[in-house]
Amino acid sequence: MSATLTGAAEALARARATLETVLDPEIPALNVYELGLIRFVDASDHRARVGVTPTYTGCPASAFIRRAIEEALRADGFQEVEVIEVLTPPWSSADLTPTGRRKLEAYGIAPPAGRRANRDPRGSPRRCPRCHGADLECVSEFGSTPCKALYRCRACGEPFDYFKCL
Amino acid sequence: MSARAEFLLRLADTSLILAQQLGAWVGHAPAIEEDLGLANVALDLLGQARLLLTYAGELEGRGRTEDALAFLRDPEEYRNLALAERPNGDFAQTIVRQFLLDAYQHELFGALTSSSDARLAAIAANAARETRYHVRYSGGWVVRLGDGTEDSHARVARALSALWPYTAELFDPDPLDESMAREGVAPPLADLEPGWRAAVGTVLSEARLELPPTAAYRWYGKRGEHGETLGHLLAEMQYLQRAYPGATW
Repeated sequence: MSATLTGAAEALARARATLETVLDPEIPALNVYELGLIRFVDASDHRARVGVTPTYTGCPASAFIRRAIEEALRADGFQEVEVIEVLTPPWSSADLTPTGRRKLEAYGIAPPAGRRANRDPRGSPRRCPRCHGADLECVSEFGSTPCKALYRCRACGEPFDYFKCL
Repeated sequence: MSARAEFLLRLADTSLILAQQLGAWVGHAPAIEEDLGLANVALDLLGQARLLLTYAGELEGRGRTEDALAFLRDPEEYRNLALAERPNGDFAQTIVRQFLLDAYQHELFGALTSSSDARLAAIAANAARETRYHVRYSGGWVVRLGDGTEDSHARVARALSALWPYTAELFDPDPLDESMAREGVAPPLADLEPGWRAAVGTVLSEARLELPPTAAYRWYGKRGEHGETLGHLLAEMQYLQRAYPGATW
């Protein structure tokens, strides 16, 4: 029995390590854990089941990410891989890990901030990810992907993406 | 098709048709920000439609996938609200149509989060949060256009009076809506109207626009009664799968 448990624990650790190598195709600085997309992982020696939540329902990256997870686990020796889409609870920008938020800013994207009040559901960035200036203006409520809005820093003049609250 | 699957088609088709309509603005919007904005909203709507169509197909149990339902149904099999299929017109007409339906979906998806159908509730929970952005975006534009120049005010007022008659369908329950409400799958449609009227009224007054009178005649897109515009829209949307069945990327 202890041998089985150890085997399962090893498989789980291996599956998790593999998932840490799967990056978001649009924001390749963050892995799927840091984005808060992984809802559960079950693994035994040759089988893995992973629950993944989409961010926005229409995000084209969702299907890409599920496929990337499946391919990575297969390449790592899991013969039976099941990737399940989990809708409940819905993904929230609060699911980003602290490391994820740090990496996001280092990558040039301001992490989500502010209250999710009805009047301003997207919140607003605290500072410019480049110069850390706080004098910011919103250029567009929608950016290159559904999860982002476009801002400009009046201090350094640079435009930057802001990861919206959801 | 079961009553519930049919009801899901109503929700799915309204989102799908709107997504297709907004997609037509890509490359044509008045500014790059609006190009991005409309495309982003379209993407959310398409995501909702995919989840709902997939579920409808599974409930139906005849092996129809989201793609089969989207690309291989004829206009009379579509169950979208008539308002969704009104033509894009100018930017004002697209924005007014979008705002009236965003405000509706905001109420509807919000209420559906407590549906007795757990899977529908989960889809609605995801959709409801995205819809908040949509209302904010389209409502913001209604105000800017209405409270803008003489020309923009005239255009948005014209769009409102042309589209308003189609809003009666939104709160007019038929036997299917009533049975869904009895089962706790969906809210009684009348329950959604006060919230919608309040939200729409606030934006219209900020936009210096009057609420048009209620229309005598009613359209029922949700029962499969459509105008000729839907046929043209589907012809374009479905062309590839009709001409080359099963084609994939």
